[in-house]
Amino acid sequence: MNHNTESLLPAAAVAPTAAASAPAAPSGRKRSLQQRRARAAWVLVTPALVLLAAVAGWPLLRTLFYSFTDAALDTPEEYSFVGLANYLDFADGERFGVLADPLWWQAVWNTLWFTAASVSLELVFGMLLALLMNQKFRGQGLVRAAILVPWAIPTIVTAKMWGWMFHDQYGVINDLLTRLGLITEPLAWIAEPTLSMWAVVIADVWKTVPFMALMLLAALQMIPSDLYEAARVDGANAWQRFRRITLPLIMPAMIVALIFRVMDALRVFDLIYVLTSNSEATISISGYAREQMVSFQEMGAGSAASVLVFMMVAGIAACFLWINRFSHEGKESRE
Amino acid sequence: MKLTRKQKELGSRLWIYLAALVVSVICVFPFYNAILTSLRTGQDLFLTNYLPTTFHWENYVNALVENGVGLSLLNSFIVATVTVGVCLMVSITAAFALARVRFRGRKYILFTILCVSMFPQVAVLSGMFELVRFMGLYDSLGALILSYTTFSLPFTVWVLTTFMRSLPVELEEAAIVDGAGLWVIITKVFAPIMGPSLVTTGLLAFIGAWNEFMFALTFIISTENRTVPVAIGLLQGASQYELPWGNIMAASVVVTVPIIALVLIFQKRIVSGLTAGAVKG
Repeated sequence: MNHNTESLLPAAAVAPTAAASAPAAPSGRKRSLQQRRARAAWVLVTPALVLLAAVAGWPLLRTLFYSFTDAALDTPEEYSFVGLANYLDFADGERFGVLADPLWWQAVWNTLWFTAASVSLELVFGMLLALLMNQKFRGQGLVRAAILVPWAIPTIVTAKMWGWMFHDQYGVINDLLTRLGLITEPLAWIAEPTLSMWAVVIADVWKTVPFMALMLLAALQMIPSDLYEAARVDGANAWQRFRRITLPLIMPAMIVALIFRVMDALRVFDLIYVLTSNSEATISISGYAREQMVSFQEMGAGSAASVLVFMMVAGIAACFLWINRFSHEGKESRE
Repeated sequence: MKLTRKQKELGSRLWIYLAALVVSVICVFPFYNAILTSLRTGQDLFLTNYLPTTFHWENYVNALVENGVGLSLLNSFIVATVTVGVCLMVSITAAFALARVRFRGRKYILFTILCVSMFPQVAVLSGMFELVRFMGLYDSLGALILSYTTFSLPFTVWVLTTFMRSLPVELEEAAIVDGAGLWVIITKVFAPIMGPSLVTTGLLAFIGAWNEFMFALTFIISTENRTVPVAIGLLQGASQYELPWGNIMAASVVVTVPIIALVLIFQKRIVSGLTAGAVKG
């Protein structure tokens, strides 16, 4: 546990605070100052914690509660307990519930596929972009401004813009591909089930590569340049320098950036909802849960799906932390 | 023939400039294309052209006035500003305690806050729906302010904590020696020098609230209370084949220009805010 928090909150564990860095003289006055500060700290943190408990903790608990009921969205106060029936139920030799719904499993598959495809593409392009930005060249400021544009554009606008560019008859994507001679007739990017997921991935990668690149760039800029000079003197080529110096040194930052992006991709909703109108080929788990709850008014089933989404995201986060701890321990034992 | 060192260097320069050009074009082109589309009407819309052909401003008038995007802009502005204001007020004291005071449970609080910021929004949707109805906020901007706090507050606490940590210890020690209490230290010593960081954090949280879609789609029914993302998301013509692309693109441009302007003005700060906390490991 400590390891987990430390690796994610490095500064919290390492950075000396005022109280800690003051000489730890065991005089009574000093200790009382520290104790007073600690007590005051709780007072200072309390408003934020109370507010968080009210807007995040409580709704989460209620969602869990509703997942065991048959409440409808328009009459949430009339409900009865149905146990786990919203999740999985057997009746007359048939299975019911979210876990028995093929569309749920389709959504799970879509979400995992979307996450894997877009985050890995993003990592590759983000790394390339960060390496480019790390070079000194004239007009760097302009490029930096340009890559901030996709990040700044609201997701809904991204979805609409790319929806228009992917238009089967009038979209520029088909036009460009035709002009380049790559396709002979226009592709139905949004309507074709096999293509629509790619359309979503492309739009997402376009929007989020800048974030990844900026994270990696910040890490790159902290590598002392004499390391590279020494390696050059020793005759290491560019790939070796990247593999042996750059990669290990930016690894911690890369892992944190990856965790952020994976968590983000797993809860994707708006991009898919607006770009492909929640078609079955691209529906995400968040989209599925919301559809059950709002479109079908099934608060119980929708809550059950929401809880499953939450558990899936939390499970993957826990895996990440576990792997992270594992790699940290490995490093320590090697040292 | 072996290339001289100078030629090699020139070659790699060339590659860098080429790559920079390609990257810039890919980043900016979709928005450029949206602007082009927003200036076309009628049949022109359906000619794929890479240069401006016509300059019609009707789309903008249509989008802002007839489709009500103008009102939605105002709503978005109110919701985002109030959310950010509330979150910053609450989080500045919390961030001070979490960054500057060593106390039991601090690590767990930070860890909890990080976890909350990674919640999938849909996980609180039905609970939030009940809360919103209970408070009589359904279909009002208040519902959005309340629900946006779920993801804005962890974010502002987190980033402000990171910024607070980077301030020198001496500042605080001097204040303690002068006999200042915690409250005085926060309001008279830290708050003034935190100004720039507050702006950065506020701006990032503002963008987050400005862009939110799921809660806004679920908790708002009436057209006049819609925020901008929902207004654009639901902008539709008479049928599926009559999507008013000109209007949609005009609305998209209107919504995006202020954000892009802010981001470009505060470029350096935005980047430091984005990377705060994530890279220090």
